[in-house]
Amino acid sequence: MADLRTNFIGIKSTNPFWLASAPPTDKEYNVVRAFKAGWGGVVWKTLGEDPAIVNVNGPRYGAIHGKDRQLIGLNNIELITDRPLEVNLQEIKKVKRDWPDRALVVSLMVPCEEANWINILKRVEDTEADGVELNFGCPHGMSERGMGSAVGQVPEYIEMVTRWVKQHSRMPCIVKLTPNITDVRKPAEAAKAGGADAVSLINTINSIMGVDLDEMSPSPSVDGKGAHGGYCGPAVKPIALNMVAEIARDPATHGLPISGIGGITTWRDAAEFMALGAGSVQVCTAAMTYGFKVVEDMIDGLSDWMDQKGYTSVDQFVGNAVPNVSDWQYLNLNYIAKAKIDQDLCIKCGRCHIACEDTSHQAITSMVNGERRFEVIDEECVGCNLCVNVCPVENCITMEPMAAGSIDPRTKQVVEKGYANWTTHPNNPMAAKDAAE
Amino acid sequence: MIANLPEISMTQTKAGPDIAAGRLPEDAYSENFSDLHPLLEQHEAQVEADRCYFCYDAPCMQACPTSIDIPQFIRQISTGNPDGSAKTIFEQNILGGMCARVCPTETLCEEVCVREVAEGKPVKIGQLQRYATDHYMSGHDETPFSRAAASGKKVAVVGAGPAGLSCAHRLAVHGHEVTLFDARDKAGGLNEFGIASYKSVENFAQREVDFVLSIGGIELKTGMRLGDNIDLAELRATFDAVFLSIGLGGVNALNKENESHNGVLNAVDYISDIRQADELSQLPVGRNIVVIGGGMTAVDIAVQKKLLGADDVTIVYRREQDRMNASKFEQELAQTTGVKILTNAQPHALVTENGHISSIELERTVSLADGTLNGTGEILSLPADMVFKAVGQTLVRDDLDATIALEKGRIVVDADRKTSLDDVWAGGDCVLGGEDLTVTAVEDGKIAAESINAALNA
Ligand SMILES: Cc1cc2nc3c(=O)[nH]c(=O)nc-3n(C[C@H](O)[C@H](O)[C@H](O)COP(=O)(O)OP(=O)(O)OC[C@H]3O[C@@H](n4cnc5c(N)ncnc54)[C@H](O)[C@@H]3O)c2cc1C
Ligand SMILES: Cc1cc2nc3c(=O)[nH]c(=O)nc-3n(C[C@H](O)[C@H](O)[C@H](O)COP(=O)(O)O)c2cc1C
Ligand code: SF4
Ligand code: SF4
Ligand code: SF4
Repeated sequence: MADLRTNFIGIKSTNPFWLASAPPTDKEYNVVRAFKAGWGGVVWKTLGEDPAIVNVNGPRYGAIHGKDRQLIGLNNIELITDRPLEVNLQEIKKVKRDWPDRALVVSLMVPCEEANWINILKRVEDTEADGVELNFGCPHGMSERGMGSAVGQVPEYIEMVTRWVKQHSRMPCIVKLTPNITDVRKPAEAAKAGGADAVSLINTINSIMGVDLDEMSPSPSVDGKGAHGGYCGPAVKPIALNMVAEIARDPATHGLPISGIGGITTWRDAAEFMALGAGSVQVCTAAMTYGFKVVEDMIDGLSDWMDQKGYTSVDQFVGNAVPNVSDWQYLNLNYIAKAKIDQDLCIKCGRCHIACEDTSHQAITSMVNGERRFEVIDEECVGCNLCVNVCPVENCITMEPMAAGSIDPRTKQVVEKGYANWTTHPNNPMAAKDAAE
Repeated sequence: MIANLPEISMTQTKAGPDIAAGRLPEDAYSENFSDLHPLLEQHEAQVEADRCYFCYDAPCMQACPTSIDIPQFIRQISTGNPDGSAKTIFEQNILGGMCARVCPTETLCEEVCVREVAEGKPVKIGQLQRYATDHYMSGHDETPFSRAAASGKKVAVVGAGPAGLSCAHRLAVHGHEVTLFDARDKAGGLNEFGIASYKSVENFAQREVDFVLSIGGIELKTGMRLGDNIDLAELRATFDAVFLSIGLGGVNALNKENESHNGVLNAVDYISDIRQADELSQLPVGRNIVVIGGGMTAVDIAVQKKLLGADDVTIVYRREQDRMNASKFEQELAQTTGVKILTNAQPHALVTENGHISSIELERTVSLADGTLNGTGEILSLPADMVFKAVGQTLVRDDLDATIALEKGRIVVDADRKTSLDDVWAGGDCVLGGEDLTVTAVEDGKIAAESINAALNA
């Protein structure tokens, strides 16, 4: 069995699966249950100053569901911990003492004054927690008070606060980033400039989950009114993966350790974040949906996959997909693929046909010699992959690359052997000019 | 009550056959005759609807005799619009509620569902259809259609079974005045008198009749029998068009000696008594029952006899089991209910004691390569307190006058369901070439109504 032990910026844990700062990590009771279930670490629910904040007393979560009410996306209007600071600190101290092999990071959010940070850092240090995570991400409630994403959206503030934290404590410092920003590389650079040991991302995304059409109120509705909340769960994973990749491949932040967060539900999701550069991963919604037991399959699944691939420790594959994240203009335009339908697997639902016929390139038949049959017309297929995506049968339609030297029936051109991209394409007005010109 | 049965003495003598009522504990009846497929719960319907792939040019839709837009109505369930879903169904099939209950979906829409092909588990189209139509009918007493401006034309529809009801509704929608005649005292045809009880519970057939008639412009006249108190020539003289949907009122005989003796019964008559019974516990039930036939009627009488408490029920079919007209699902239903199916055997002699059936002698058969059936001469005997004949129904010729063309004992119609007579259309079981199903009867009525409408507007 592969070794899942993780050393992330000096913080050791039994596996890379941490619970993100959220309700699952709000109390000793929950965190102990999580450790018993096998979680490698936790980021404690964000602490603030006393008096503790208050939460709404009505619904704080909303969800979108897929088939059979599978929870696809969750949103919340919860704030940081609503328990007194001292209670949390004592519990943190006790849990860390009882579970020395697990990572215990403390999430923090206090006003943007140096004195406030000095004060809380001192008290956290006394708990002997492994590190701190600066919550610059919370998109609701706290941002209106000049904290959370209000800080996370201004790179200068991030850098300033991070610098205070590094100056006034010995603890490793993770800066948690908000996705509610146009270019996530800027806050990451600021964190790095301030001395952060790592960034974690993403926090939740601004969202309105739906509208109650009877009440004419955003849902979840609190006495007839709704506020935007933070969106998370499986639906946000693609957004999070992109942001992680952007930071991992940007020369300015390349190599900065990343704790990947956002929609991680299975070992495969986790492996994908890690392949894009995350040295640890954090999970919230999956645990809130299914309970702590989900970590068992995450551990088993990751370990089995690593065995299969011959990886003996996680750092052997962390970041391995980063070099293959490319900008569009560098993709190989000589790579030509055609869809191919496996007639033995095809159940003749016709979805590929109607998708291609109505909305794309009219490249799939519905009748052949008077019989219901779905075949790709190579003369029309541009290899767009839409049919693959809409086909309900896995692997029924595959994209087959064309061999160099063959003729593409659509363009009647020879498939070129080498690599050529947009930057040198004749249609590109900005193309690098021929040396002779 | 129990009108069509021969007189049976309820006080049995020792020598007599063992026939009695109330063989089961009181509460067993309601349990045995409860809904075969109970209405799906909302979540079940949602999950099932989500299984539909919304196929292009959907095979299921092509297989539905009434061409209901199945992917569309299922999608409407899945998007939380069950009333809209029901409207999609009713547009093509105003008896969509009954069809959802009685269609042999395993040989129609669900047989060709791509999920049946792919994984052997079709989308439960019939049950979803019921979900939508029940939802609509529980919230609305009236059909979702409104009538076109009055055309001033009058149409006679004879026979208020599914074919007649469907035709009458469509004609009324087009603005014509319809008079709907039926020989019996209630409309509905076999929906009311024939369909197995556990397929149509809680008086659904009559509720559906009311729903269909709610369109207005249809005058129902019961107790009016063509060939008796009305005749075709008179109707043709009084109405602008006539639609015949009289079903098959007669039954085939075994043509054996003793057939008229007590205990040798027509399955359809007894089934009608079950459907009309106020108390199922009052129906006479034998211990040993033999049913002759291989279709839906044979299965229905056999299963219902078993559910009424008979000890031993055997369906005797003359050919191989895969040749039975009853669908696979129906055959399985029979067998899981405890009915035995004896194949390759045909009636040889009805044995009676004191004027009452006591056993039946059967001859073994073999099918030859050319399809003909031969008796082998080997005889076996089954004890029987009751023998039910379910060997097919026939058109009662005398109900019609000689002017209309028949072939193989049924009315000949063209693709528009028009008969040999210019102003007479026909559909349902009484016409040649049909499949003898509720849903095909509905389709016949619909096609005929469109054709009549076109003719009247011409
Ligand atoms: C026992 C049994 C079970 C069945 N089960 C199923 C099933 O599960 N699923 C399925 O799809 N199909 C089933 N069928 C077949 C289905 O019931 C028929 O195909 C369908 O009812 C035919 O409709 P119809 O309108 O042509 O005739 P019918 O339903 O027979 O209606 C004919 C109507 O005409 C009236 N009538 C008859 N003669 C005259 C006359 N001379 N003058 C005036 N009125 C007259 C009758 O009273 C009746 O109301 C079953 C049939 C039987 C017998
Ligand atoms: C109810 C709820 C409360 C949260 N509270 C916090 C918080 O206090 N501090 C924080 O940094 N993130 C908070 N988050 C964000 C999560 O830590 C995490 O970043 C986000 O949910 C994405 O991960 P997921 O898709 O696995 O849920 C909260 C999320 C939820 C659902
Ligand atoms: S979508 Fe897939 S299964 Fe459906 S017809 Fe196309 S290839 Fe066949
Ligand atoms: S009417 Fe019958 S055959 Fe048509 S879709 Fe409904 S259940 Fe299927
Ligand atoms: S064939 Fe099956 S999956 Fe396709 S539309 Fe019909 S019910 Fe849906």
